[in-house]
Amino acid sequence: MKLFTYERAASADAAVAEGAAPGTKFIAGGTNLLDLMKLQIETPERLVDISRLPLNTIDEREDGGLTIGALVPNSDLAADPRVIERYEVLSRALLAGASGQLRNKASTGGNLLQRTRCYYFYDTAMPCNKRAPGSGCSAIDGYNRILAVLGTSDKCIATHPSDMAVAMRALDATVVTQKADGDRRRIAIGDLYRLPGDTPEVETVLEPGELITAIELPVPVEGARHLYRKVRDRASYAFALVSVAGVVTMDGDTVASAALAFGGLGPMPWRDPAVEAAIVGKPASDASFAAAADALLANAKGFGSNDFKIPLARRTLIASLRELTGV
Amino acid sequence: MKWTINGRSYEAEVDVRTTLLDLAREHLGLTGSKKGCDHGQCGACTMLVGGRRINACLSLAVMHQDDEIVTIEGLGQPGNLHPLQDAFVRHDGYQCGYCTPGQICSAVGMLDEVKKGWPSHVSADLTEVALDDAEIGERMSGNLCRCAAYPNIVDAIREVAGVDDREPVLETAREIGA
Ligand SMILES: Cc1cc2nc3c(=O)[nH]c(=O)nc-3n(C[C@H](O)[C@H](O)[C@H](O)COP(=O)(O)OP(=O)(O)OC[C@H]3O[C@@H](n4cnc5c(N)ncnc54)[C@H](O)[C@@H]3O)c2cc1C
Ligand code: SF4
Ligand code: FES
Ligand code: FES
Repeated sequence: MKLFTYERAASADAAVAEGAAPGTKFIAGGTNLLDLMKLQIETPERLVDISRLPLNTIDEREDGGLTIGALVPNSDLAADPRVIERYEVLSRALLAGASGQLRNKASTGGNLLQRTRCYYFYDTAMPCNKRAPGSGCSAIDGYNRILAVLGTSDKCIATHPSDMAVAMRALDATVVTQKADGDRRRIAIGDLYRLPGDTPEVETVLEPGELITAIELPVPVEGARHLYRKVRDRASYAFALVSVAGVVTMDGDTVASAALAFGGLGPMPWRDPAVEAAIVGKPASDASFAAAADALLANAKGFGSNDFKIPLARRTLIASLRELTGV
Repeated sequence: MKWTINGRSYEAEVDVRTTLLDLAREHLGLTGSKKGCDHGQCGACTMLVGGRRINACLSLAVMHQDDEIVTIEGLGQPGNLHPLQDAFVRHDGYQCGYCTPGQICSAVGMLDEVKKGWPSHVSADLTEVALDDAEIGERMSGNLCRCAAYPNIVDAIREVAGVDDREPVLETAREIGA
């Protein structure tokens, strides 16, 4: 680990005032940042500890939604009775991620900003455009079993590894931030992440020193069925190869509404309105589910060892839709 | 810097990069917690911080100066074993023993989570928590055992959790000289 200076932020205002200086990083649970610092993939010169800021409550808003403080640990969020009752897909996604110990430390904000698990990103002996811009991508022609089939570029094919973020995308969450100049903004989760394009090292629209203070969940969808299905190499304590988060309402046999998001497939929690359009307003059937899978995977591209993800995503989506609709 | 570990105050000057795990092992002589992977992947370093189980290898010591920290040494000592330590001995819940301190600290934290009604990935109903072998396996998945003592680890935890209706293997650990 490279040497750094450490300070504990006394307030969110103090944190953002410090956070914009070059070489500065916030540390919350530290479960991703310290892992990467040990390997010198992240080499901050200064850590601003935000873990004690009073952003650790889950509050009901007047409009009927929930506001989750950025420092609420993943375990507390998963076990919150209001989350279980109204946003079950979020509890399920959190519980499917990491381990009991990690969830106790991992924060809501840190989870959203965790970095890819691409093997070459982790291997400082290998070229990687995300870690060392311009050095090349070892994964495209290398071993890419866990990497992306959607939204890739010729510079990077990494996936975003979070389970929680996939559920948040299906729930249309909003990320609330405070910028270095003190200004606040609200970012729809669909706008938080950026595709790799030519700059895979830039992963989100956040500015240097911009602090996530909260995540807002909108009013829950009434009468919805929730599902988080995660396919992985072992039954627990493994990242997703493919995952599906779904929130669906039915009107008799017809799909009245659907929100579907996907993990393990792209550089961000993936959502595509064409997938939902293929089933909404139609009787739930394997034919419309197949059309949804066609829509999801129309532009999918495998890179060899991850080719299997395309049929796996198709089958996982169809199985998820059968479960969500009861067909 | 100052810490409270197992109810005792400690003071040491350490590099800011020192993890809670290295602090305990290298600076304070508390070598019960083990380093398996140093990357959050094995659970050998599990400690209880503020009553919650965490991976001490992914925690900076400097960040935990105000917390109540408990390591395996604080749970019980020879002659005064914690019920889980006692059960691990009687059920042979280890072979080499390297993962054991982490397993036991993790199990203490895990049983507390069950008491609080926290569900798990395998809970069919997230509002009703009942501990069975599948639940124990899922909830303990953050602790790897290279010797694969898993069946006996589950036996030990099941007994202490009070969800075991089978006869205890041995009355107490002392009977086999532990
Ligand atoms: C072995 C292992 C297995 C795992 N398995 C899974 C899994 O299956 N599924 C899954 O989803 N995750 C998994 N994880 C990842 C885990 O969920 C993340 O490490 C965790 O959520 C990160 O949260 P943190 O608070 O520890 O973040 P930190 O490590 O503290 O921070 C991560 C990044 O976010 C920034 N940051 C943190 N908080 C804020 C904020 N409020 N505002 C602005 N920036 C901020 C930091 O500067 C840093 O860059 C696993 C991790 C490990 C080590
Ligand atoms: S896929 Fe992205 S993260 Fe992986 S080696 Fe290529 S550039 Fe690096
Ligand atoms: S040493 Fe901490 S999890 Fe392996
Ligand atoms: S007893 Fe040897 S690693 Fe578990």
